[in-house]
Amino acid sequence: MAFDILMPALSPTMTEGKLLRWLKKEGDTISAGQVIAEIETDKATMEVEAVDEGILGKIFVPEGTEGVAVNTPIAVLIEEGEAVPDQAGTPKATTPQKPAEAAPAAPKAAAAPSSQKAAPVPAAQSAGTPTGRIIASPLAKRIAKEVSIDLTDLKGSGPNGRIVKRDVEAAKTKGPAKPVTATATATVPAEAEIVPMSSMRKVIARRLTEAKTTIPHFYVSVDVQLDALLSLRHQLNAASPAEGDDAFKLSVNDMLIKAAAITLRRVPGLNVSYAPDAVVHYPSVDISIAVSIPDGLITPIIRNVDKKSLREISNEMKDLVARARVGKLKPEEFQGGSFSISNMGMYGISAFSAIINPPQAGILAVAAGEKRPVVKGDSLAIGTVMTATISVDHRVIDGALAAQWMSVFRSVVESPISLVV
Amino acid sequence: MSTTDFDLVVIGGGPGGYVAALRAAQLKLSVAVVEGNHLGGICLNWGCIPTKALLRASEINHLLHDLEQFGFAVDNPRFDFEKVVARSRAVSGQLSGGVAHLLKKARVPVFNGFGKLSGNDGKKRKIAVTLNDGGTTELKAAHVILATGARARVLPGLEPDGKFVWSYREALVPDILPRRLLVIGSGAIGTEFASFYRNMGSEVTLIEVADRILPVEDEEISKLAHTAFEKQGMKILTSAKLGPLSKGKEDVTVEVTTARGTEKLTFDRVISAVGIVGNVEKLGLDNTKIEVDRTHIKTDHLCKTGEPGVYAIGDVAGAPWLAHKASHEAVMCVEAIAGLPVHPIDITKIPGCTYCRPQVASVGYTEAKAKAAGYQVRVGRFPFIGNGKAIAMGEPEGLVKTVFDARTGELLGAHMIGAEVTEMIQGYVIARTGELTEAELKETIFPHPTISESMHEAVLAAYDGALHF
Repeated sequence: MAFDILMPALSPTMTEGKLLRWLKKEGDTISAGQVIAEIETDKATMEVEAVDEGILGKIFVPEGTEGVAVNTPIAVLIEEGEAVPDQAGTPKATTPQKPAEAAPAAPKAAAAPSSQKAAPVPAAQSAGTPTGRIIASPLAKRIAKEVSIDLTDLKGSGPNGRIVKRDVEAAKTKGPAKPVTATATATVPAEAEIVPMSSMRKVIARRLTEAKTTIPHFYVSVDVQLDALLSLRHQLNAASPAEGDDAFKLSVNDMLIKAAAITLRRVPGLNVSYAPDAVVHYPSVDISIAVSIPDGLITPIIRNVDKKSLREISNEMKDLVARARVGKLKPEEFQGGSFSISNMGMYGISAFSAIINPPQAGILAVAAGEKRPVVKGDSLAIGTVMTATISVDHRVIDGALAAQWMSVFRSVVESPISLVV
Repeated sequence: MSTTDFDLVVIGGGPGGYVAALRAAQLKLSVAVVEGNHLGGICLNWGCIPTKALLRASEINHLLHDLEQFGFAVDNPRFDFEKVVARSRAVSGQLSGGVAHLLKKARVPVFNGFGKLSGNDGKKRKIAVTLNDGGTTELKAAHVILATGARARVLPGLEPDGKFVWSYREALVPDILPRRLLVIGSGAIGTEFASFYRNMGSEVTLIEVADRILPVEDEEISKLAHTAFEKQGMKILTSAKLGPLSKGKEDVTVEVTTARGTEKLTFDRVISAVGIVGNVEKLGLDNTKIEVDRTHIKTDHLCKTGEPGVYAIGDVAGAPWLAHKASHEAVMCVEAIAGLPVHPIDITKIPGCTYCRPQVASVGYTEAKAKAAGYQVRVGRFPFIGNGKAIAMGEPEGLVKTVFDARTGELLGAHMIGAEVTEMIQGYVIARTGELTEAELKETIFPHPTISESMHEAVLAAYDGALHF
């Protein structure tokens, strides 16, 4: 006979509680009187003892679940050789706990298995799917490649949604008739011109949707005074030979890139990436720079920026941008990177915030340096001020850390001599 | 649910029927089986299983007469034919009991009798069962699966007569070990019997109306089988036409016409293995939308008949007439009834095995069929003589042949002949089912030393070249 184990009432007035942790796991043999779980209310933490003996057949309410109503079945005890009955347990109290609120709960919850807390389905699931991994059979991949069908467009009819040969074959015969069906909404006027997306546009659309819908963006802005940096730039550029291999011409952007790299060394907590249940620390500072190209954008990477001189950074940027604009970048030159910078200064933009490039966790949006009134001491003066805004992935970078980074960034830019070392 | 009212009733308890019932029970449907003879159907009782038991015995007999190469000497190796046959019956009995046990464990009631559709009561279908120990009962079910199987086709003049002419049935419980045996039909059934009796010592003549034996296999395999059987002393006549039998007192004479001319041959026994017909009679199909096409119930790709709620699986539903096809149809059919997503069975992914000596096994397109379907092919061949294990076992004769789509690397077909190939073919079936290409097969590490390694070499042979030949 299978018995449901119910959420106990720890006091006559208790209506619900939190299932703190399980001390037994599915399949364990339980004897009467053994403590099998811990329950917490806002008043106390209590142990739950088994009343009968048997085998813990199935746990319905995972550790860390809050708001479990009294008398809700939390598990079922079965006899040896018995199967878990299907009707056992109506787990209506499995309200998945709010993701990312582990911080306040952590100190007092003696329950060590914090990995359980991070696991609750909502957060984990959304991270799982859009990492861009296409599940397709080897044959389907081959055929798709051969006929230039983008597997990301296909729905798989194989096991677990796998794309199989028949899906690719069906897509082949359907042909590129898709443009017409793509925007069949009543609000688009019939005379509207429908232009099929290029591959790059599709990738941008997919990745940015993924970024904006799965990453909790958090923004911090500072106004940075550029006067010292502009003066240094002037001095350094004057020291360049007029022409030849050693000639250089530093741009403000080159210097801001180096400033960001130095800041990432000093506040390495932003040189990270989100992974399920982990924070991945990049081993080097590789900065992706957003470059606008016809009908899109691309982000060539300068690697180990912190170890390069301003001149090296500047020359590399010129080469990458030139090749980016004619589509001659190699995949390893734009795939990867640990942090991004986007600069709209050339458009006279006063401020903007950028979208994070997953799997990175931060992107700095640099706007135009403009003459603005500034306060020096107690008097009004004029300075060249630029508003910089950083967007960070709040799953792995907290607001305070982002603020700290911006503060350091500003001090590096405003005392730019450190860029030269 | 009462004891006569079910979600599903399965008529027929063979590899189609009993598997359908077990799967239905797993999915918590209430289900019953109606079986008129023996659980396990033809497969367990008068087909697959007993023939494999017998073929094992004939394999042993072959070894007993081939001991010298291994260093053995045995005086007067002999066998008791009745005991050989009795063992195969015992194996069948054991397995049939096993199926009964599985159904009991799954709490599936079995009605011993013959069932037929008998209308409906407005909500559920009715099934009238004539019970074996007298009386009738009526069952009701929302769904009915017809899994009544098939029986030997009987050609006029070749009716089993209780003495000279055998169907597979009599061939499995022979009254004597015939000195001279004629086997008509070289499909899997005929070929297996021919091989068994030859290896037990009978003089066997195998006749085939097509231009080669094992006509559904790849041509190269047919040819190798033919050569191997002739080496064993079997007489094989292809493109053969049979005249009428004239039965004497103790033997039977027949005229056989081939391209070479007409011969008059005499035999002690004749096995007729010329195909099968579905058991579609007395199923109450008349007042339904169920259509029968040349003794098989017409179904769609998900085993549905024309009548809503009635399905047909296995041999009664058409080719290929294989137990594993019946079992997979059973699962697919029941899962669809239970509302699970299903996919139709792809015939090109169903393997076929013939357990003669040497064994034959294949899956997918033959080389000729692949070319006829418009594929550009790459073909790989690897003979057993290049395989260490085969030689160590003393089984150096065999071939593994692969057929690939040159454009995509898809494994279109695989064909094998030799020792153990019926156990090996599943590797290629997995490759076809998983849509693996030559790249994954090349990367797969086969264990050494095994005969299976020749499967890897046959893939290499189609591309870069085999390493061991």
